[in-house]
Amino acid sequence: MTIAEQTDERAGRTGEGASLAELDRLSIEARRLILQSIHTAGAGHVGGPLSCADLLVNLYFDRLRVDPANPGWPERDRCILSKGHSSIALYAVLALRGFLPVAELATFDAADSRLQGHPDMTALPGLDMSTGSLGQGLSPGVGMALGARLRGLPFRTWVIVGDGEIQEGQIWEAAFTAARLGLDTLCAIVDYNRLPQFGWPDPGGFTRTEPVDDPTGKFRAFGWHAVECDGHDHAAIRAAFDAAEAHPGQPTCIVAHTVKGKGISFAEGDYLWHAKVPTASDLELAGTELDARLAGIGGEAGVGQGEDA
Amino acid sequence: MSAPTTTTHDSRLTTHDVRPVAGADLVPLRDAWGERLVELAAEYPDLLVLDGDLANSTRADIFAAAVPDRFFELGIAEQNLLGVAAGLATVGYVPWISTFVPFLAARALDQIRVVVAQPHLNVKMCGSYSGILTGKTGKTHQSVDDLAIFRAMPGVVTIAPADATELRSAMAAMMGHDGPVYLRLTRDPSPVVFGPGYRFEIGRGVLLHDGGDVALVSTGVQTVRVLDAAELLAAEGIAASVLHLPTLKPLDIDAVVAVAERCGAVVTAEDHSVIGGLGGAVAETLAEHRPTRMRRVGIGDTFGESAPNDFLLEKHGLTPRHVAEAARAVLAAKG
Ligand SMILES: Cc1ncc(C[n+]2csc(CCOP(=O)(O)OP(=O)(O)O)c2C)c(N)n1
Ligand SMILES: [Mg+2]
Repeated sequence: MTIAEQTDERAGRTGEGASLAELDRLSIEARRLILQSIHTAGAGHVGGPLSCADLLVNLYFDRLRVDPANPGWPERDRCILSKGHSSIALYAVLALRGFLPVAELATFDAADSRLQGHPDMTALPGLDMSTGSLGQGLSPGVGMALGARLRGLPFRTWVIVGDGEIQEGQIWEAAFTAARLGLDTLCAIVDYNRLPQFGWPDPGGFTRTEPVDDPTGKFRAFGWHAVECDGHDHAAIRAAFDAAEAHPGQPTCIVAHTVKGKGISFAEGDYLWHAKVPTASDLELAGTELDARLAGIGGEAGVGQGEDA
Repeated sequence: MSAPTTTTHDSRLTTHDVRPVAGADLVPLRDAWGERLVELAAEYPDLLVLDGDLANSTRADIFAAAVPDRFFELGIAEQNLLGVAAGLATVGYVPWISTFVPFLAARALDQIRVVVAQPHLNVKMCGSYSGILTGKTGKTHQSVDDLAIFRAMPGVVTIAPADATELRSAMAAMMGHDGPVYLRLTRDPSPVVFGPGYRFEIGRGVLLHDGGDVALVSTGVQTVRVLDAAELLAAEGIAASVLHLPTLKPLDIDAVVAVAERCGAVVTAEDHSVIGGLGGAVAETLAEHRPTRMRRVGIGDTFGESAPNDFLLEKHGLTPRHVAEAARAVLAAKG
């Protein structure tokens, strides 16, 4: 089945408060959609989207108070994908959650698509900020969290940043400001996969890893509450999100330990899969792996399990 | 202008009688800006001011004292300043930015592009201490390219008022406009030439002096020096039109073409580089719609330097005398 032929039934929109098994199933579906979309588009990123897919699934199906039928709801929780090059992961999860038809993922990067290469909030309802130039997403998150406080609105603001991205100085301008303002409804999630796009020369040869060492300590030094979690384990992610919500007086940084390209054997940990288009045979192999994973959690290959919300 | 200006009958030209420059009240645009923000805050509960540790220079301190709960000090971090403003705008606030032009237009340029202009968010970007008259601070604090930058940026309304009265009216118009605006402010006291009945409109040029020999087109506080230039020319029997363009974008193309048609010779004048700002905009417009002989008065392809205002105006050729010289030159070329 090509991506354009897929129906929303496949999505299984369970909404907030999904079971861990359901989150696992959705993560598998999201990965499948990501790879198919990049293959169809013939362009895009793979490593980063697979790295943050579980974080996004967990946010949109278990955490965020959002309404796909009313994406501009003023009280909705905000989510900014500051690492905008991972847009396809966000689009896939938004599609599974019912913000857009799953079949529309086939238009990713195409002419007149709402699914721009990097998220464009003017194109697709449900996007809370436009991103793509790295380092910029946390500051609008500070503005949103401050805006919630001023308006007396109950929403929370979540920002996903890349570990390479936090080399940008503006991240630390925003970190300083959020701590000074005590914005405890703000949570930054660092997708800590230890790979940027290229890397740099190193005395021992060439290193691709660890663009920024110990982000947890760095955020703490800037006055944040910081916790770490396994960014691919839904129970662990949920616990970290709970910890963020429970902590008063400071913004929280969650350093999520992730694997770039997670879930697809040939892409995992390989910097070359940062932006590379899977071939038809890559797609087939990935599909087999995802089916096996699905079978492992008691699902049926390629068929949605959830009930409509 | 000592004598009242005649009224044009060209429907493309809005006219306004200005007061004489000599003896006019002197008000710094920055002071008028700070005071006007306080007034607007009473009318608009969503108006906020976001400062980059320059409030006592930009005069956002006037607002901070009067409306402390809507003043936010974001420190010396201009990229973050613009991003925070964008986030607040998504929640329905109307943030007004307080900093110097270079720290806005240059330091935070990519932030303006990606999170303000591209999403078309309602942020009012106010650049104080514009041009080269920045109080002996030198080239790091002067701006010769901000009009070119904002004029080229899709969707950003670009405003450079001539005096405190026009500024006050423009700020109300900015609140009425849903989208990003760049407002060019100046540091030093400058003559108030607009009368109280004047209403600024986004995209509307105003004819301040009517004459058929040469058109002097200007923007910002440079317009006051151009009014003096028109007097110098009048003394020699040269009748100049003065077209003031407080909005660089959208440009009042009709007014530019009308005044060029009437006079057949055009001089532009601005406290900005001759590349890409008002001179560039007028040249582009006339080349396409009505090729007309013209001269551009402005800063050459160079940065500024610290010096007293008189020295800078003289060195960079921005005095009324320089504008009049350019008018004579273009008239001679017209033959
Ligand atoms: C300001 C800026 N510089 C460079 C890029 C190009 N770029 C896109 S992704 C990327 C690497 C990002 O690495 P990381 O933040 O670790 O993201 P992930 O590993 O999750 O893909 C780079 C350099 C960009 N988009 N923006
Ligand atoms: Mg990375």
